[in-house]
Amino acid sequence: MIGYLTIILVCQLVGELIVGTLSISIPGPVLGMLILFLLLLIRGDLPAGLGQTADGLLRAMSLLFVPAGTGVMMHFKLLGEALLPLGAALVVSTAMTITVTALMMRWLKKAEADE
Amino acid sequence: MSNLQETWVYLNASPLFHLTLTLVAFQAANWLFEKGGRNPLLNPVLVAVILVVSVLYFTKTDYGTYFQGAQFVHFLLGPATVSLAIPLYRQWGRVSGSVLAIGISLLTGSVVAIVTAVGTAWLLGGSEILLASIAPKSATAPVAMAISQELGGVPSLTAVLVIVSGILGAMFGPILLNLIGVTDWSARGLAIGTASHGIGTARALQVNETAGAFSGLAMGLNAVATALLVPILWGLLF
Repeated sequence: MIGYLTIILVCQLVGELIVGTLSISIPGPVLGMLILFLLLLIRGDLPAGLGQTADGLLRAMSLLFVPAGTGVMMHFKLLGEALLPLGAALVVSTAMTITVTALMMRWLKKAEADE
Repeated sequence: MSNLQETWVYLNASPLFHLTLTLVAFQAANWLFEKGGRNPLLNPVLVAVILVVSVLYFTKTDYGTYFQGAQFVHFLLGPATVSLAIPLYRQWGRVSGSVLAIGISLLTGSVVAIVTAVGTAWLLGGSEILLASIAPKSATAPVAMAISQELGGVPSLTAVLVIVSGILGAMFGPILLNLIGVTDWSARGLAIGTASHGIGTARALQVNETAGAFSGLAMGLNAVATALLVPILWGLLF
């Protein structure tokens, strides 16, 4: 468990180091995910313990957003003043993005399958 | 009484209290979610945030003090993001079969996310600072905050908008997808991850591993796409 957690943290650290050194605009953990994924592809199988460790972290993922979400309390004033444009923009944009992406993906997969 | 007060002062200054508060609030929110038949209106992240904010409000605690305790939970977001490599690896057979479809759908979704957010806020009289803050809202928080900063937005406001987008997608995304009749787990996951990054992905993983893997992939790809697209689209608009 600790061994596999170490692998995950090393991937994140390498990701952060690359992002920081090359000043590219993607987050270190996202690059770390890519690094771990490539390592698994090269290795050709998933160690059971790594799977369990990752699944444990991912099951708790919703919880991990609570501290950042609580940051809303610093912006009550600004949010109250601009509730309509911000609220409407979030609702419209989230709904449109989900609809367009899902329909596009379904259509393209069907087109691929038909070929 | 003064003993109680001293204890409170001591606890309020140690990370233990606010760390425990975060976990207890989340457990309570999860319990409510399950009791309520997994009703999307009882989204655990939303309910937990409301509970924590209420406690902080009544105890007159500022966010900085709270975060000293909560940072231990917050820190795990990084390793959890790295862990998304595992569902992606398990589902790689499905992903590698439709690389082109994923790429095109994601880019389209990313453009729609930026343009409709900025467009709607602009139509309703949003100031340029608000528009800059909301433009990258579908990307994962660290990317969105960096882009917002670059355009002259308020990064911490962007973080809030990112989280609300995530909660909205996790709450209503599945209902919307049922409504438009998209049943394919890969399309559902890709759509949720593009619009609602990690919060959507966390929800998708609870429902179906294929959806979770595609959602995690979309979150990663949309972080890159948003970082590239927002400056270009912003340049065209202003």
